[in-house]
Parts: sequence; C-alpha cells; structure tokens
Amino acid sequence: MKICVLVKQVPDKDSDIKVENNENKISNQNLNFITNDSDNYAVEEALLLKENHGGEVVICTFGEESATQVIKDSLSKGADRGIFIHNDLNKEFDILNISKIIKNVLEKENFDLILSGLQSDDIGNGQLGVLLAEHLNMSHGSLVMETKMDSTEKIKVKRELENGWFQWATLDLPASITIQSGINKPRYASLRGIMMMKRKTIDTVKLTELNAAIDEQLTLKELYAPIKSKKTEKINGSSQEIADRIFTILKEDLMLL
Amino acid sequence: MKLLVFIQFEDGKINRMSLEALACAQKYSTSVTAVTFYEKAANELKNYELEEVLLLKNNNLNTYNPLFYTEAMHTIYKEDYKALLFAHTYETRDWVPRLSARLNVPFLSDCIDFKVTNELAEVTRQTYQGKLNNNLVPKTNFLCSIQSGCFKIDTLKNGTSVINSTDIDLNNVPNTISTEEKFKDQKGGVDLTAAELIVSVGRGIGKEENIPIAQELKEVLNAELGSSRPIVDYGWLPHDRQIGSSGQVVSPKLYFSLGVSGAIQHQVGMKGSDNIMAINKDENAPIFEIADYAIVGDLLEIVPALIKKIKEN
Repeated sequence: MKICVLVKQVPDKDSDIKVENNENKISNQNLNFITNDSDNYAVEEALLLKENHGGEVVICTFGEESATQVIKDSLSKGADRGIFIHNDLNKEFDILNISKIIKNVLEKENFDLILSGLQSDDIGNGQLGVLLAEHLNMSHGSLVMETKMDSTEKIKVKRELENGWFQWATLDLPASITIQSGINKPRYASLRGIMMMKRKTIDTVKLTELNAAIDEQLTLKELYAPIKSKKTEKINGSSQEIADRIFTILKEDLMLL
Repeated sequence: MKLLVFIQFEDGKINRMSLEALACAQKYSTSVTAVTFYEKAANELKNYELEEVLLLKNNNLNTYNPLFYTEAMHTIYKEDYKALLFAHTYETRDWVPRLSARLNVPFLSDCIDFKVTNELAEVTRQTYQGKLNNNLVPKTNFLCSIQSGCFKIDTLKNGTSVINSTDIDLNNVPNTISTEEKFKDQKGGVDLTAAELIVSVGRGIGKEENIPIAQELKEVLNAELGSSRPIVDYGWLPHDRQIGSSGQVVSPKLYFSLGVSGAIQHQVGMKGSDNIMAINKDENAPIFEIADYAIVGDLLEIVPALIKKIKEN
C-alpha cells in the first residue's frame, strides 16, 4: 500500500506570535518551529498501517526552505522518502490554492491513502485532506480516531462527531483521511532512525517550476491581535496573596463558598 | 448581496448554529435564501423573513453523506449567490471543503465575523490558536462557516416565505463512502453541561503526577472536573471530561481553568460561562482574552495555597 502523509511546519503553540509593524504578516523572530501536532499522529498512523499491511510511507510538505526539517523528523521515525514542495515564491497562499499546488505534485504518484492532521495549529483551515480528496477523485473521512483494514479495497474509519458521538464509515480506496490527535501514541525517533534518515531521498519540487494554476481569490486586509472586549481583573502578588484574593472572589463576589 | 444559507438538520431538528448563520445573513442582506434537504426543516424556515426556502429532495439526502451533499449543492449553485453560509460544525468540516474544490470558490472556515458594506463582504478568521485575527476580503464568490456563538438567534426576523421544492438527480454520484449509525463510546459518561462550577485542567499542569492537585481543588469547591483536549490525548483524564468542540459545551457559573491556553476549539466549549477565572504561566495565552479574572503565575504554587485557605475557613 502506498501511503502519503501531509505534514506542516508550524510555530510552537507556546510561541509569542507578533505582527510585524504595519505589515500583514507575523514576525519570525524568536519563533520555534515544529511539526504540526495532529500531523504527528497522522505520521504514526501511517507507520502502523505500513507495519501491519506493508507498503511505503511518503512524507510531503509545502513550505519554505526550513520546512524540510519536518520531513526529516518523520523520516527519522521510519517513513521511507520525502517530497518537498518548495514555496520559492515565499508568498502565502490560501488553502484552495495550496491544495491545487499539492494536487499537481501528488497526482502522478497514485497513492492508495493520503493521511493528514485534521487542522494546522497556525492557520487552522482544517480543509486540506478533504480538498485533495475532491481534486484527486478519492473518498474521504475526517476527524478519524481509529482505522481498520480488512481488505485491500476498503478502509474502515471511526469518525469523531460532536458531543462525544462517533460513527464508523467505510471508504473505498483510494481515500484521504484526516487524523484527530489522540488516535495513537506517536513514537520518538531512535538514534538508528536518525542515522538511517540521512540515506533516505527527499525530492524537491519548486513551486516556480510547477504548472499549478494559482488564482488569488482573497485579500488579507488586516492581521491583528484581537481587541479585548471583556473587562478583566488581573490578580497579582505572591502565590499566597493571589490565593487570598481568589478566596475572597469565590466567597464574596461569586458566593460559591 | 444575495446570500445562501445551508441549514443543517439532525435528530429531528434544525441545528442551532445554522440558525445563528441565518441570523448573520439576515443582518447583512435582504436577499437571503435558506436551503435544506429536509421537509420538516423547510416548514420551520418558512416562518422567517427569507427570499425563499429551497427544499432539495432525494432519498440519498435523508442521512448525511458528504458525496451526495456536495453534489446536491453543486447542482443548485448559481453565480448570483455571492456567499454560501454554513454553521461551523463537524459535518460542515467534513464536506464543505469538497464543495469548495468542486465549485472552485474559496471556503473561509470557522469565521467569527461576517459583514457586508457597500456590497463588499469582509470576514474575520482567527489564526495561531486565537492569538491573531485575520480580516479577509474575498474577490470572488465564496463559502463561509460561522463559529458557534458569534451571532444571536434572538435577532432572527420572522416573516412568511415560500418553499420551493426540487427533486435532485444524484444518480451519477459514486457510492465510495458508506456510514453506519452514530454511537457513544462511554455509556453513562459524566455530563458537565449542568455543572455550576468546573475546575478545568490544561497542558500547563505539566505532568500526570500533578493532576491530583486539580482534583483536590475540585473536591474542596464541590465542583466538576473538566479538561482540554491534550490532557485527554495524553490519557491523563478520560474522554468524557473534555470540554470544547470535540467534547462538551458548558456554561457554568464559574469556569476555573488551570494551565489551559484556550485554543479556539476549547473556547468554543466554555466561552458561554458566566465567569471565567484562569491561571496560566503564559501571559499571552488566548484564555486571558475572555477571562474575567486573570492570574499569570504558577498554578502548582497558587492552587495548593488556595486549597489550604478554603480548608482553614
């Protein structure tokens, strides 16, 4: 089985995100970049599927030069090869355009499965896996919490719905599946894995050499930190002073004690 | 500006968030069409002030299937509809990207604001886990899903509208996705929705060994224990404790969060609380944007001191 995992490099969740002065983009200073959280679970699920059913795991990302690191990290965990789509225009694109760019590269590969994290922790569109399913004429399942393969033509997925509900869906292959965090326990790269990664192939495709039809349909008018509408009491002091103040609020203001 | 609002219908009723999207559309346009696949929904919708209610009929639309839903909407889509509005539900997340690709129009998901000025639409999306807002102006027609709680149902305008019913041909839709009945994993799981007081745990608690600190606070306050997604993913607390879009939506008198950063998916589940008290080390944590009481500090010091104080009194 030929599996592709889409991964994305994003700033660490705890990063201090700041907007560059008068420019509608974030400042890259002091940012620590990592693999998007739910993508780690997608990589692990692909590796488990390969271990149980055989095949190849290919890691693909679209991004600027530094993004090759997320491919390397996944190769160190046991994925077989990488495809790096280099955004050499260093421009931001909306998710529909990104999906068309990735489709352009993936369509030659004829993957049986495309896995991706359900949502990126930076832009958070939560659409890529489903967009690609449509572009590549695949079935799809989103927010998946478990996978089962009993035949070579179909995959069963347990989808998460709202309020604690779940649903099983059976998808004909090829299929694109978006993975919810918590589906498995992502492994760490071993020292041996890191050594082996160095011999694995990463093919680079440059955006400027691709014939992807990009038509920009959105204008970013403003990027800003949200304006606070709520009045907040900031409680300062030593831990004891803070605890005392909380106690007073609980007892006297909220009458909960 | 002509707007089309998709109405989600499940368990015999219209999804509340779909009505919020409808309220949003009515606020900015006098030319709003509501579309549904269910007769019962259409009969309810005709009591709102709308240009028309579109009822699309086909047996394959009786239960949710992304492929049939996508094709049905593709069939009736017209260039005149400048924007198609949806509730940002899990169902929307599953099929609307497919519609976006099929129509080749962008889908702006999880928007917290939508407005129209001089026939020009502008939407607001949150990025970086809610740390930033993006105001976007689409140059073309677009799809847009609205986050829960951003528009109020009580502003819906009543009226008398006509239902236009159409039979949709879906014979060419491939049958490559089949679904089973939905189910709940844990029978008798805890119901947090009625809790008066919730102590909620997030990543900032640091390690599993610290969970008892939150549990003790919960005990002395006679509260319920909740958590954010990562805590459940790590296996530190069971799934039925999770608050947020994939867990429960709560509105207690006090929501007391310990080390919860407040990502969008979590906020959706608790922003309706009467009072929010938050302790977090990171002063830029998005939870502080919606907190009534903000404490930047070490919960491992503050909480034990608070427990002691409550016990002494």
